[in-house]
Amino acid sequence: MKFQPVIGLEVHVQLKTDSKIFCGCSTRFGAEPNLNTCPVCLALPGALPVLNQKVVEFAIMAGLATNCSISPTNIFARKNYFYPDLPKGYQISQFDLPICLTGHLDIAVGDQTKRIGITRIHMEEDAGKLVHGQDGGSGVDLNRAGTPLLEVVSEPDMRTADEAVAYLKKLYQIVTYLGICDGNMEEGSFRCDANISVMPVGSDTFGTRAEIKNVNSFKFVKAAIEYEIARQCELIEDGGTVVQETRLFDPNKGVTRSMRGKEEAHDYRYFPDPDLVPVVISDDWINRVKSDLPELPETKFNRFLTEYSLPEYDADVLTSSRPLADYFEQCAQACNNAKSAANWIMGELTRALNDNGIAVEESPVSPAQLAGLIKLIDGGTISGTIAKKVFEEIWKNGGEAAAIVEQQGLAQVSDTGAIEAAIDQIMAANMGQVEEYRGGKDKVFGFFVGQVMKAMKGKANPAVVNDLLKQKLAG
Amino acid sequence: MELYEQTIHDLQGQLQARQVSSVEITTSFLNRIASTDPSINAFITVTKEQALADAAAADQRIATGDCAPLTGIPVALKDIFLTEGVRTTCASKMLDTFIAPYDATAWARMKSQGAVLLGKLNQDEFAMGSSCENSAFGPTRNPWNKEHIPGGSSGGSAAAIAAQQAVATLGTDTGGSIRQPASHCGCVGLKPTYGRVSRYGVIAYASSLDQVGPMTRDVTDAALLLEAIAGHDPKDSTSVDCPVPDYRAALKQGVKGLKIGLPKEYFIDGLDPDVQKAMDQAIAVYRQLGAEFVEVSLPHTNYAVATYYLIATAEASSNLARYEGVRFGHRAKESSGLIDLMMQSRSEGFGAEVKRRIMLGTYALSSGYYDAYYIKAQKVRTLIQRDFIDAFKSVDLLLTPVAPTPAFKIGEKTADPLQMYLSDIFTIPVNLAGICGISVPAGESYNGLPIGLQLLGRPFGEETILRAAFDFEQATDWHTKKATL
Repeated sequence: MKFQPVIGLEVHVQLKTDSKIFCGCSTRFGAEPNLNTCPVCLALPGALPVLNQKVVEFAIMAGLATNCSISPTNIFARKNYFYPDLPKGYQISQFDLPICLTGHLDIAVGDQTKRIGITRIHMEEDAGKLVHGQDGGSGVDLNRAGTPLLEVVSEPDMRTADEAVAYLKKLYQIVTYLGICDGNMEEGSFRCDANISVMPVGSDTFGTRAEIKNVNSFKFVKAAIEYEIARQCELIEDGGTVVQETRLFDPNKGVTRSMRGKEEAHDYRYFPDPDLVPVVISDDWINRVKSDLPELPETKFNRFLTEYSLPEYDADVLTSSRPLADYFEQCAQACNNAKSAANWIMGELTRALNDNGIAVEESPVSPAQLAGLIKLIDGGTISGTIAKKVFEEIWKNGGEAAAIVEQQGLAQVSDTGAIEAAIDQIMAANMGQVEEYRGGKDKVFGFFVGQVMKAMKGKANPAVVNDLLKQKLAG
Repeated sequence: MELYEQTIHDLQGQLQARQVSSVEITTSFLNRIASTDPSINAFITVTKEQALADAAAADQRIATGDCAPLTGIPVALKDIFLTEGVRTTCASKMLDTFIAPYDATAWARMKSQGAVLLGKLNQDEFAMGSSCENSAFGPTRNPWNKEHIPGGSSGGSAAAIAAQQAVATLGTDTGGSIRQPASHCGCVGLKPTYGRVSRYGVIAYASSLDQVGPMTRDVTDAALLLEAIAGHDPKDSTSVDCPVPDYRAALKQGVKGLKIGLPKEYFIDGLDPDVQKAMDQAIAVYRQLGAEFVEVSLPHTNYAVATYYLIATAEASSNLARYEGVRFGHRAKESSGLIDLMMQSRSEGFGAEVKRRIMLGTYALSSGYYDAYYIKAQKVRTLIQRDFIDAFKSVDLLLTPVAPTPAFKIGEKTADPLQMYLSDIFTIPVNLAGICGISVPAGESYNGLPIGLQLLGRPFGEETILRAAFDFEQATDWHTKKATL
């Protein structure tokens, strides 16, 4: 039997606010356990939540960027369950009236564009963390308790692991572009639950789904979904049935494992939180947020095609993140050669950044410095080969390209006299090869170019060298 | 007259004139507590040393000429208010050893004026009860007759005033918990409009109903104390940002020309004859003072108790989830794993009534029952609110009894929770509607127990009910009567 997988994603986006969603504590990651806490996020008796308005603003931004409608009245609800990392015994979330409804994102599937529906986006607080010690005991760290999250719930519109990853990457790109999420997946700033089911091809009734919790990298999402699809198909083919359950992905073994079954499913007893008043969002507020929205990836991509005449591939790579796109634009504008800027950024710069594990924002070579280098190439002052050396020099020790070329005497020689002299010398010393060339062995030409460049310490203008060599060798 | 027999405004005058020191006043109350509380049990914790130190500090402050209305005045708080560095139990074994790390806003405001804390007062556990019998620290007794309950849940707060152990106290009122004990103990108890006083630092029972209020010897003190604690608090989203009026100035405006409504659903056949008599006399007093009476109807009154016990318990079941023995409070000594630890700690830490209400509330919120119970109750709550809105279209305030009977005997209703719940029938609708109400002494029963009169006002209409209460107090002497211990 052939199976059709059906995939829906729930993504938790940690918002990049300075303080928590219901108190003034810092959201900084990596502090001493339980340092960033107060009576409110410790859930001491008598403490009350007060909503951080920034969270609402960020949620509106996310909604607008994903084509959602924004609910004018927002109610927070309590989701009740007992767990040691949940100090109040309930999570403040949104239930039947989420802030954003019915949006979508378009993803590329092969040559086609596919629209993935977004059911809802709601605001909620994160829980704390359990720290399991060596001694068999466990500790509770409540630094993260009360960190603001958006939960973005998609429609079950994806059919392959690749589509799921494409959707995730698109969403990731948007929230990082908006500047509402730091995008640090290792620290859990962007994590995903995947709902997966399979049905016979041609059927329109979804199969029973399993939910895979808390997958925090694109690679793992792909692996987890592929594993889970295979597992379900195999199970059904072997005469078994898929049970509705929560599963965990083990990245070391590449498998998913049952965590808890439906029989243990919680009754969360949602009800409106009486400690918080409804949040009313006016059209005015929405319009203000809309006018302050940064340029989104799709718009930027199209602008790069027209404004800089870049190929689609280049525009796609360069708009993959906002800092990279910003770097490109600054560089392209300073050197007036967009294609060359694109090539350098996608080539040399990206390689150096990756090798050193540095983000583009922290690049030791600034857009202006790279532009200076490109200008030297375009002006014929240095060759591409020398430029790579100069780039390395700037990367290591800083400085301006022009100054480095000047100080180290790297400017390329186009003076025919000097080059001719070098050619004459080399021809005289290699008469055998000259004869070979003249006898029709064209390959020897490369040998002469190499020798001349070596004699000129790489600074000779390659085009001039080629021309002169051809003349002289021809005799 | 002894210092402990006086009001805030009496003592304040003497403090300002340097006729008496805060240390002397505080000492007078501490001695009174020591001699009377063994038989009353109004206090869970007496903060003697801190009180004397704070009184000395208040005296120094007064010496510099800085004397706010509460500077040097010894008060006591229901043990539901968090008080920094002081044990705060909510009358529960669950919080038996809990030392509060911060101050409730209401208390912080009093403290900043220089009020002196005598101690923390007994109550029904987590404010769940109408008799002050549901306390892990034993029942409080009514100073007028120690075989009777003082009312609840702020029973300690009312009894302490009746026993002259504190000049004023704070209570909380979720379904009558200030007004009913005030009525049973012959003192003044004011439940402000929901949102008038911050709930920050007040241990939550039912968040949409809880409200903090003053309990005092007379109406002037209630006005003075409300002024000190009222006003917007950025730490409580439900506290309302509207200006705090000069309540004491409002007192002198009199009741003449005001239209008072008598809700017919509150004057029912089963009303105790002594309560009925007190109401009739009060109406006569108001007529003489120039008020006009009309009968009004609050048609959904009968559903109020049922509605309350769905909404309050639903909220409580969630509010009390934080007491699981992991981070603070009672932790079971023996347990086999995490869930068991939570279950054992809660089983041991909570009393029977608290457990009953958590069960009721959990049930009301459960999937499959939510619409039939919680949602339905919210709809009825809206109807009850509308009843009051409609009534206030034609009257300035309402006059009703506080409770159907005077204080009953200790143990009389403990076996029948439903009977106990019904004793709050006249106070509960007020919390559901979120309006304000005050209980003032207005009579006594054949056996000498106090009977209170309830005046109800529009949202943020505290000035109106205070001025009506003040006029009544001026015309009668019920508030001057004292329990003999």
